[in-house]
Amino acid sequence: MTDWQRHRKAFDALIEAGSKLAKGKFVEVHDATRLMETVIRPGDRVCLEGDNQKQADTLCGALLAIDTGKVNNLHMVQSGVVLAEHLDLFDRGVAKKLDYAYSGPQSARIAQMLFGGKIELGAVHTYLELFARYFIDLTPHVALIAAVSADRDGNLYTGPNTEDTPTVVEATAFKNGIVIAQVNEIVDKLPRVDIPTDRVHFIVKAEKPFFVEPLFTRDPAAITEGQILTAMLAIKGIYAPYGVRRLNHGIGFSTAAIELLLPTFGEKLGLKGKIASHFALNPHPALIPAIESGWVEQIHSFGSEVGMDDYIRARSDIYFTGSDGSLRSNRAFCQVAGLYACDMFIGSTLQIDLQGNSSTVTTSRIAGFGGAPNMGADARGRRHPSAPWLQAGRESDPTASARLRRGRKLVVQIGETFGDKNVPLFVERLDALELAEKLNLDLAPVMIYGDDVTHIVTEEGIANLLQCRDANEREQAIRGVAGYTEVGRGRDKNMVQRLRERGVIRRPEDLGIDPLDADRSMLAAHSIKDLVRWSGGLYAPPSKFRNW
Amino acid sequence: MAIVGVVASGNLEVLVERMLADDECQVEIKTAAVGFGELWNAVVADFVERYAPGGLKFSVNDGGARPDTVSLRLAQAVRLMQEAG
Repeated sequence: MTDWQRHRKAFDALIEAGSKLAKGKFVEVHDATRLMETVIRPGDRVCLEGDNQKQADTLCGALLAIDTGKVNNLHMVQSGVVLAEHLDLFDRGVAKKLDYAYSGPQSARIAQMLFGGKIELGAVHTYLELFARYFIDLTPHVALIAAVSADRDGNLYTGPNTEDTPTVVEATAFKNGIVIAQVNEIVDKLPRVDIPTDRVHFIVKAEKPFFVEPLFTRDPAAITEGQILTAMLAIKGIYAPYGVRRLNHGIGFSTAAIELLLPTFGEKLGLKGKIASHFALNPHPALIPAIESGWVEQIHSFGSEVGMDDYIRARSDIYFTGSDGSLRSNRAFCQVAGLYACDMFIGSTLQIDLQGNSSTVTTSRIAGFGGAPNMGADARGRRHPSAPWLQAGRESDPTASARLRRGRKLVVQIGETFGDKNVPLFVERLDALELAEKLNLDLAPVMIYGDDVTHIVTEEGIANLLQCRDANEREQAIRGVAGYTEVGRGRDKNMVQRLRERGVIRRPEDLGIDPLDADRSMLAAHSIKDLVRWSGGLYAPPSKFRNW
Repeated sequence: MAIVGVVASGNLEVLVERMLADDECQVEIKTAAVGFGELWNAVVADFVERYAPGGLKFSVNDGGARPDTVSLRLAQAVRLMQEAG
């Protein structure tokens, strides 16, 4: 007779064995490695909580110290490969296979290890895609998660950086998987319960608080005139005519410039209340002046940002907060919000090709995707109308029947024609293709596909790809804003002129913007200290951003 | 005469003087970057076409600036001269 409870029985046996090392659910930090040797089996799928910001670093260290005679060949299924130790696991042979979404700081080493065959790559995902697979074919056997505190019953408080934790726990705990949490402290009463105790099997009190990186802080002092100009073009040439109220911003300096221009340039254009009021966005410090000036109605966040806790607490009308007053973030829900409920994504990239495909992969770096592809893609399942969505749909297909025509999400790539170290933004061929050939991947890692991109903004102007009627027009529209890059100089001047006459390409002067007005005095804040001042002293920037 | 910008990495300094005949314009470029002649020609040609800066002599001290930064500084120099009358 078929035994339909094999997984449950195996789970029960692992819990029983692990419990011998625990008092109730609590395990001493020096026993964490032994616990893992007891409850993790060779080849298990393990989610080591590596989020965009929060890291289960103590549990990572314990896993790294494991006896590889007992536990090996693990299949890591984690969204962020962020710490050097995440890759040390593969060097040591603890882990073998990897499915992930983002690898920012480890992008160079992960590329080397993939080329060297140290890592067997499943796929590079978007966040939402990897989370989805946690519930279908990449369900973790073991989750190693991070929380701020536990109470004596084993309930967890994740703090403002809830991020991926509820999703990871949901997929693991409800499918006979084992959840091990590291916490900064054990307390009598939690500020609020983010993860109930019956989803948590073992708890380790770490010797130091988990690592969190301030990824979303952009110092206004580092914003250039070129970025200010692109930001002005975006506000006047895209936000205003489409009336974009619901949106997501990338993390680059151009979008930080937009945030800092809303209360100044945006105010002068009379756009307050008409644009940029509802965000799927982390608590960007650069948005403080716009919030304080009454521009923003509400923000839902993927994670938190270091130093923003007190400000968020004092502005609960804007942010999502728990009964305790602190931020409740949730990466999965916010990604869904960005995909379905936002009318625009605007962000930067490293390379754009002649079809408008964009990629952050270069031949020596694989940074992964994170969330941009979900934000920067049309949601084919969307059914609710909104003015910007309908307008974009109309521009893309003017002759279709209005009531049967899909709208389009505005997907805007913004950047200067030359990036860091004078590297051109526009290329004939993406480095991602070369990488895919070298690694024999079925798919080149394209961050945003050209057919999803609706606008490209550079200091030279805006290309509206919705209004391009064929591949040639599209190519010339892209060349027409590519400045002095080789791609830009290779333009067909007559055709670019015709596209400009049709409004497919718009130059600063077509929008009534004088590039010489793009001046740092236009920014609502010129420094981190100005942001602190705007916040009434509530924003407490991390020390690396303090220069006073 | 007027000066805009600074000689710093990724930036440039432009000194502009009104010292030529009205139908003449001169742009003198000092740069350590080799092999970008074609790019400089393109930037300067576009600039002259757009701003018709007759009578002006520009002396550029380049610190490896990007072409868009060069265009911006040249335009700023012209504006400064106009403001100075």
